[in-house]
Amino acid sequence: MSEEMFPEPEWLSEEVKTGTTIIAVTFDGGVVLGSDSRVSAGESVVNRVMNKLSPLHDKIYCALSGSAADAQTIAEIVNYQLDVHSIEVEDDPLVCSAATLVKNISYKYKEELSAHLIVAGWDRKKGGQVYATLNGLLSRQPFAIGGSGSFYIHGFVDAEYRKNMTKRESQEFVVNALTLAMGRDGSSGGVAYVVTIDKDGAEEKCILGNELPRFFDQ
Amino acid sequence: MALSCVLEPALSGFNFENSTRNIVLENGSEEGKIKAPKPMKTGTTIAGVVYKDGVVLGADTRATSDEVVADKMCAKIHYIAPNIYCCGAGTAADTEKTTEILSSNLTIFSMNSGRNPRVVMAVNILQDMLFRYRGMIGAHLILGGVDCTGSHLYTVGPYGSMDKVPYLAMGSGNLPAMGILEDRFKANMDLEEAKSLVSDAIHAGIMSDLGSGNNIDLCVITKEGVDYIRPHKESPFNYKRQAKYKYKPGTTPVLTKTVTQVELELLDETVQMMETAGSS
Repeated sequence: MSEEMFPEPEWLSEEVKTGTTIIAVTFDGGVVLGSDSRVSAGESVVNRVMNKLSPLHDKIYCALSGSAADAQTIAEIVNYQLDVHSIEVEDDPLVCSAATLVKNISYKYKEELSAHLIVAGWDRKKGGQVYATLNGLLSRQPFAIGGSGSFYIHGFVDAEYRKNMTKRESQEFVVNALTLAMGRDGSSGGVAYVVTIDKDGAEEKCILGNELPRFFDQ
Repeated sequence: MALSCVLEPALSGFNFENSTRNIVLENGSEEGKIKAPKPMKTGTTIAGVVYKDGVVLGADTRATSDEVVADKMCAKIHYIAPNIYCCGAGTAADTEKTTEILSSNLTIFSMNSGRNPRVVMAVNILQDMLFRYRGMIGAHLILGGVDCTGSHLYTVGPYGSMDKVPYLAMGSGNLPAMGILEDRFKANMDLEEAKSLVSDAIHAGIMSDLGSGNNIDLCVITKEGVDYIRPHKESPFNYKRQAKYKYKPGTTPVLTKTVTQVELELLDETVQMMETAGSS
């Protein structure tokens, strides 16, 4: 009897990845972040209700994608560094500082980590901002999408995004984009988490699967 | 932040000292490649559920070494703190050692601060340690406990990912166990319901997975205390040995007996005086 007769199922040893859809959009006065909730290890779903929007500070959140362990750890480290930083400067940190901290870790450990975080938030200086930090780059954008499900909605977001949307319109835009991606990407699914950040703070919402909007669905 | 006098101070950044050595060893020299040894796994089913008054953890008791059952009554629910217990799946040695290290650190912490440790502290320490070892420690753990903030159930993966959930199953038998949990879990169950749910989930794992089996252990944690039920349910397949395998003295007849004297020659003799504390 050799080991090939009882091959060990791959998902036992596969690293847990968040095959994901994450999106962040600026509107006039703040940002809206959205994510799905599925965490997979190979072909098996490990957690179907994980909240991938992680707070870095009161008005700065980040969206996690890639390897679950790497992304969670980066978010925790940056959360700690931002706390220290905000005590030192005696003020709320800028979104740019948070994004730079994430970028520093992503760039320095580029070979060892495989996680992509989108950082978004509101600060007094520049209002709502969204930063993409893929593989160590730092780029401020009006909106950003990430994760395996984002490939399916590039066309949608490019066509539907308009500048200066209101808060309601941005939330609908985010929910529609998430729904379309979850509908086509096998590694995204579950519920949709939406966080809206403006000058008054952050508001978290969870939209269950059956409350999501319906698209072409025969 | 962890108290620096309690835990060993973590090195800043990620420690990849051994990765080049590992790569060199695996690619090998002309003599041959050196493969990293394959660790022994406990094919397992472990599950946990949060109910009205606390947490119920369950585990099977089979430890396998490839196709042989190495231990029929292995304890997979480990003690972490008086109010926190941890089920471990994956490599047996790794889960044991990791939980022991965690338990000692938390004991030092509670003596130092005079408080019972919180479940979230145990989770953070575990996650930090497993992430630092980059998945080399094959420990899939379910942590459950009751502290001053309520009842909590967490899972920590070998790469350092963490999830907080109301019900959970891990190990090679986790798919069938998860099926039972997804079907029958309700929020705020009472004790008997929760115990029977966890027990049925482990039972499903045992029936459908070769690596799980034998008995079912349960551990109920509440604010008042811990009830470690070992075993909760015994396997109905306890075979009694049919015959005795001990032989009476005299079963083997002695044919001949020869005695040979061994010649010893005294070569050297030294005397060493010992200092003994004189006590009357």
